[in-house]
Amino acid sequence: MAGEHPRANLQPLRLHVPEPKFRPGDPVDFVGVDIPPAGAARRPDTAESAHDFTDLAYTMVRVLDEDGRAVGPWDPKVSPDMLRRMLRNMALLRAFDERMFRAQRQGKTSFYMKATGEEAVAIAAAQALDADDMCFPSYRQQGLLIARGYPLVEMMNQIYSNTGDKLQGKQLPIMYSAKDFGFFSISGNLTTQYPQAVGWAMASAAKGDTRIAATWCGEGSTAEGDFHSACTFASVYRAPVIFNVVNNQWAISSFSGFAGAESTTFAARAIGYGIAGLRVDGNDALAVYAATLWAAERARTNAGPTLIEHFTYRAEGHSTSDDPTQYRSAGEPTAWPLGDPIARLKQHLIVIGEWDEERHAAQDRELAEYVRAQQKDAEKNGILGHGLHQPLDSLFDGVFEEMPWHLREQQAQMIAEEEASGRPWARK
Amino acid sequence: MNMIQAINSALDVCMGRDADVMVMGEDVGYFGGVFRATAGLQAKYGKTRVFDTPITEIGIMGVAIGMGAYGLRPVPEIQFADYIYPALDQLVSEAARLRYRSAGEFTSPITIRSPYGGGIFGGQTHSQSPEGIFTHVSGMKTVIPSTPYDAKGLLIAAIEDNDPVLFLEPKRIYNGPFNGHWDRPAENWSKHPGGEVPTGYYRVDLGKAKVVRPGEALTILAYGTMVHVCAQVIADEGIDAEIIDLRTLVPLDIETIEASVKKTGRCMIVHEATRTSGFGAELSALVQERCFYHLEAPIERVTGFDTPYPHSLEWAYFPGPVRIGQALKKIMKDA
Repeated sequence: MAGEHPRANLQPLRLHVPEPKFRPGDPVDFVGVDIPPAGAARRPDTAESAHDFTDLAYTMVRVLDEDGRAVGPWDPKVSPDMLRRMLRNMALLRAFDERMFRAQRQGKTSFYMKATGEEAVAIAAAQALDADDMCFPSYRQQGLLIARGYPLVEMMNQIYSNTGDKLQGKQLPIMYSAKDFGFFSISGNLTTQYPQAVGWAMASAAKGDTRIAATWCGEGSTAEGDFHSACTFASVYRAPVIFNVVNNQWAISSFSGFAGAESTTFAARAIGYGIAGLRVDGNDALAVYAATLWAAERARTNAGPTLIEHFTYRAEGHSTSDDPTQYRSAGEPTAWPLGDPIARLKQHLIVIGEWDEERHAAQDRELAEYVRAQQKDAEKNGILGHGLHQPLDSLFDGVFEEMPWHLREQQAQMIAEEEASGRPWARK
Repeated sequence: MNMIQAINSALDVCMGRDADVMVMGEDVGYFGGVFRATAGLQAKYGKTRVFDTPITEIGIMGVAIGMGAYGLRPVPEIQFADYIYPALDQLVSEAARLRYRSAGEFTSPITIRSPYGGGIFGGQTHSQSPEGIFTHVSGMKTVIPSTPYDAKGLLIAAIEDNDPVLFLEPKRIYNGPFNGHWDRPAENWSKHPGGEVPTGYYRVDLGKAKVVRPGEALTILAYGTMVHVCAQVIADEGIDAEIIDLRTLVPLDIETIEASVKKTGRCMIVHEATRTSGFGAELSALVQERCFYHLEAPIERVTGFDTPYPHSLEWAYFPGPVRIGQALKKIMKDA
């Protein structure tokens, strides 16, 4: 019978399972990564129809060229003071990450996540948004808080779950919440913030407000259903929202191919939804700044949402619980063709005569000292592991606005349990 | 009013009183909802306050949470409770935890309306009673009315509540109080005292059960459609049961339950939902823990079977008069 089958002469089907180019031990050669020259991408009017973004979704908006000059139509022409502020904030973020990573290794807290190599994505975006625009971040946009002047001590208090922790020790380190700084409560569940940002933006529009929303997720979590729902809602209601996809090539151990990057770009996802899509050099602070400013103007003028893919590279492990040498070549971060965002902005400032190596080195020393001093202050409020820092009964606060009887009963049970335990914090 | 009209009236009242109340969901806008619960609201309050949504429960719930974070008071509708599962992550991981995880910085003052329950030949995906999934989630309230009067008062209270409330509407009794006898003519709300509904504002507080019928022989704990089925059964059997309509499952009115069981010494729990790990198990455990020395018989649970909800075998599945009657005989046999 098999011989009579009309497809008997075809090869068997094959399942394609993506595989990254380089595994541990492999030499790295990124020549296959298509990097268009700086200044080449056109800059459309912010009111342009979403139909006309196909070219921009497949190329890359870049401002800083190989020599550190700002070129092309996307050059945002920001003042040297603003450039220096951006550089300083990125360096501060990196210093903060270094310090907190070390604090985790020293056992002062349970967990940390760095944004090394992705500093421009959050810092430059924050400087392009207004302070009262609401950000719905993922866990790797601590730069938003730093750029908006949120006190480092408060971030550290949260990381240590200490007496100063505004979240009362309820949240895993780095899951900040800072309403007054336009920073929405971070959730561990990926991309849930995407439709929430759309809802916030729709509310702002429905009430005739002028504020917009911006949200971030990684390329890996664009695969979540929330991403699709958010894009659909944003398009349908032309919500004043900016979608940021931080394509850092890696979702823990899975390379971007497992989110679909072998076949398309993430900016191109926007096209099918009828959303403006931009693909940006995420290690080019000026490109990120210019694209965010453009998308914010589009949103604020009721021209609709924008999706920005930030093409970057996660230079370090996913988290303090991750060891990237187990799944990717150690040569990748240094071979990354878009370089380092801090080094590139520094070079630009030097090229235009507004910065020098001595000032940069001095700033690095100053920032390291500043972060260390802040850490000392935060540690006065305690570190994780040195007993409990919150009143025991606060464990039940905030489940509901008012505590129902069953929680009151459990609270009383817990306090009795602690008294019986003889543990040193059984006093509350 | 029937229950649909009562719900419509509650939405109308809340939207009239508070410009931040928004109604959203599939087909709720121009068309007024597949059950007509939102009829006329868009014409009265405009498209920016009552609007149709794309068919994505994740999106509906996520967008409602974002609107709540902005400061609005959204009332999203999930067309059937059977279709709430795509929104589960947004409900469980986000709405229910937002206040806790942000230490009160952000809240989810949203009310999720959804028709639920069987008895309408809805088959597997138009009949489910998923309340037990949500009563297990800390940070959420679950409310189920059994009359038009309660539906309106509870819905107003739910919308005004600053925590996320799942408001499940027993669609079998939208038009009349179903007594479990599917082969008899349907009744409507005009002859039932619960159908008398004031047109203006009033609240039925969350967390308060209602003694529907005082009695001495046993306590029946029920909600939704089963309140009416139980009332018919005890009338037919001539048993002096005390029927408690829970109305709010979380937070539960434990005082009313405890006082009743301590008085009667017997407790029967009735729900449409499947048995294993259903809300009846929690009720049974609570009664056993609190009323153990007053109990004169084992607590009985009368529930749907542990199967998906069938189509043609609906009346074999539904916990109707015969199943409840047999449980009654069992619990009363030494009385």
